[in-house]
Amino acid sequence: MSKPRVATASLAGCFGCHMSILDIDDRILQLIELVEFDKSPIDDYKGFTQRCAIGLIEGGCCNAENVHVLQDFRKNCDILIALGECAICGGIPAMRNTIPLRECLAEAYLDGPTVHNPSRRIPDDPEIPRLLNRVYPCHEVVKMDYYLQGCPPPADAIWAALTALLTNRPIQLPYELLKYD
Amino acid sequence: MSELATGVREICDRSGGDRARMMDIVQEVQARFGCVSGEALNLIAAATGVHRVEVEGVVSFYTFLSGRPKGRMVIRVCDDIVDEMSGMRPVAEAFSQELGIPFGGTTPDGQFSLEYTACIGLSDQAPAALINDVPVTYLSSDKAREIVAALRRHGDPRKLVHRLGDGNNAHPLVRSMVHNSIRSKGPIVFAPFEDGSALRKAIAMSPVEVIRDIKTSRLRGRGGAGFPTGMKWEFVRAAEGEPKYVFCNADEGEPGTFKDRVILTEYSGLLFEGMTIAGYAMGAQLGILYLRGEYAYLRLLLEHFLDERRRRGLLGRNILGRAGFDFDIRIQMGAGAYVCGEETSLISSCEGRRGDPKNRPPFPAQRGYLGKPTAVNNVETFCCVARILDQSPGWFAQIGSRQSAGTKLFSVSGDVASPGVYEYPFGVRLRQVLEEVGAESPIAVQIGGPSGQMVGPADFDRTICYDDLATGGSMIVFGPERDPVYIAKRFLDFFAHESCGYCTPCRVGTELMRKKLAAILDGRGEADDLPYLEDLARTVKFTSRCGLGQTAPNPVLSTLKNFRDAFERRCPARQEGRRAAFDLAAATAEAESIVLEQAAR
Ligand SMILES: Cc1cc2nc3c(=O)[nH]c(=O)nc-3n(C[C@H](O)[C@H](O)[C@H](O)COP(=O)(O)O)c2cc1C
Ligand code: SF4
Ligand code: SF4
Repeated sequence: MSKPRVATASLAGCFGCHMSILDIDDRILQLIELVEFDKSPIDDYKGFTQRCAIGLIEGGCCNAENVHVLQDFRKNCDILIALGECAICGGIPAMRNTIPLRECLAEAYLDGPTVHNPSRRIPDDPEIPRLLNRVYPCHEVVKMDYYLQGCPPPADAIWAALTALLTNRPIQLPYELLKYD
Repeated sequence: MSELATGVREICDRSGGDRARMMDIVQEVQARFGCVSGEALNLIAAATGVHRVEVEGVVSFYTFLSGRPKGRMVIRVCDDIVDEMSGMRPVAEAFSQELGIPFGGTTPDGQFSLEYTACIGLSDQAPAALINDVPVTYLSSDKAREIVAALRRHGDPRKLVHRLGDGNNAHPLVRSMVHNSIRSKGPIVFAPFEDGSALRKAIAMSPVEVIRDIKTSRLRGRGGAGFPTGMKWEFVRAAEGEPKYVFCNADEGEPGTFKDRVILTEYSGLLFEGMTIAGYAMGAQLGILYLRGEYAYLRLLLEHFLDERRRRGLLGRNILGRAGFDFDIRIQMGAGAYVCGEETSLISSCEGRRGDPKNRPPFPAQRGYLGKPTAVNNVETFCCVARILDQSPGWFAQIGSRQSAGTKLFSVSGDVASPGVYEYPFGVRLRQVLEEVGAESPIAVQIGGPSGQMVGPADFDRTICYDDLATGGSMIVFGPERDPVYIAKRFLDFFAHESCGYCTPCRVGTELMRKKLAAILDGRGEADDLPYLEDLARTVKFTSRCGLGQTAPNPVLSTLKNFRDAFERRCPARQEGRRAAFDLAAATAEAESIVLEQAAR
């Protein structure tokens, strides 16, 4: 039987959650035994090659591309996990949600004290994905199956969740794995 | 000294600089100077010895208080569901057009402000509005235009009243167009009563015997929660601390409820007598009637009747010649906050604070107003008390059903031929009530207002009493063309607006529920919205701090239970796990418009 496939994506996140995946240290070797990575920054596959058992999503959606990637994951993965605060709630990027997009862009590209932008244009090349009016947590865009909290979630929590799902056991996350103070 | 400074000083001096009278102070300042400005806040804070932020907290809490100047005439259109069903939208539009301002706006000449407000207790005469203190009823878009034209001419809302209402609505101290619409009278509340008759019988007994009589009568509170009145009084009497207080809850904010309005207009003698008996029974000397701001038009009448009772020795010192039996009643005006009907919020408000609920325990019976034992009862409850003493506890107990003694006033509104107030014995079948009020093929009835439950035809044979369909009195009837999901959404709008914001489950939960309902109504519902809503509703119910948050999810839970079809029809399974509520085009619209603007440059 072929190994179950796992895909990962970083949307509007800082890659910290991916770092935390790598933080499982040498257990990554065990993980490789257990699964095959599909579309993911870890192996740099740009598209899905097959249907996947699990998709891990870091970050929420701040632009149209994020939305397309997330919908693509939903279409190709049996289980989607929102990994970390940004995927669950929008996180740091969502701090802009109380400020209108227009004002954010003006501050960043026109009026900010350190801005040097003689063209006085907000970047608008069609190649640049359009920003959304606010940052959306993943569950507002597609149905999510699990949420692993933390910023980032500890490697041990990721490990426990993944191995439990892949071996069809109930996920057990002891309090110590989910407490952050 | 500026005019404001002298004015505020005068107003504060009159209440002895007592911070507990903050509600009176800020309301008077607003009445005199149009609003409670930043400068006024400073002056009030200095005169009462509290921090400015506390005064500001009070002013910002209540809908009828404002830190910014409003128009000389504030038109508040009631945007309750019943008003909407009776044609409120075109009325609102007419006001807005005629004044040339949107809702929330003030005309440039400072004459008019236009606002929406929650139920003003006139669902039986909808659509209705308040113009300053003056209620205007049975509105139409034509009437709205006439009203604006007339106000432009003479500037006096009181002059809008051409035809006076019935009974005391026509009293020189009221002169209102409001009608009582008493549709059926029962033996307890809507029955003739001779002032003093019950009080005389009460003082012939010992206070303990009076409480025993109330217990024997099996009277339970009429304000919604149904707590046994005699037991509450016993707690207060036994509680340590002096003085003790008697509070009458006349906040009547539950949408679709207006029976207390009618009692206050026509049967205040019964009410005041009940409060005085309570004072005797519990050894209290002061009673406070907390009157919702919407009923300010009744204030002078009530003050007049209180004076009359004082003159006749039914209030004041040595009542009915009984040495040492002193009791008086004062009226505390509310200022537009539904949560102030919750008894601990009501007490906070009377203490001159924001109307935030308090933690319980201690219960008000132990530590209430100013930390002293306080009995809070509904208007109708006090009326029952007076009648019990006047007749007898046994007489009272044999009316109604086995578990629920006496009668209940129902405020009936919505899709019925004869909206108004009905007095029925407890235990009456809902079907019988619906027939008698002229409800034609109703599909749903909201029992007990938004915080009660929404029932469908399957429940019409149930009885109305504490153990079956419990109610504080509101009964809103919905006909075949009404939509249960929309109704639930409107009720959640109400709760989200009225949540005091103290605790997260209620503040955030009500908002999440109303957003989800809005999405479903918008055609963006999906199958797992229903378990989500149920889950969220239960969480809010179990984790909220006071009765508002604990009942706010009821419209969601009861419509989900009794009108599941209406939800399921709109919540199909969606393709590929995409959230129907997420609209990519809408989410990128702003970015697109920025790009287009730049391209056009
Ligand atoms: C949000 C909220 C609003 C309430 N509004 C009222 C009200 O307008 N009138 C009322 O009598 N009770 C109201 N109550 C119930 C009161 O807290 C209290 O139970 C009642 O006044 C006690 O009087 P009773 O025992 O005579 O019914 C409300 C409760 C809550 C939670
Ligand atoms: S949750 Fe924290 S670590 Fe993960 S992407 Fe967001 S900011 Fe980075
Ligand atoms: S439940 Fe709602 S109204 Fe009650 S204290 Fe909490 S936030 Fe305030």
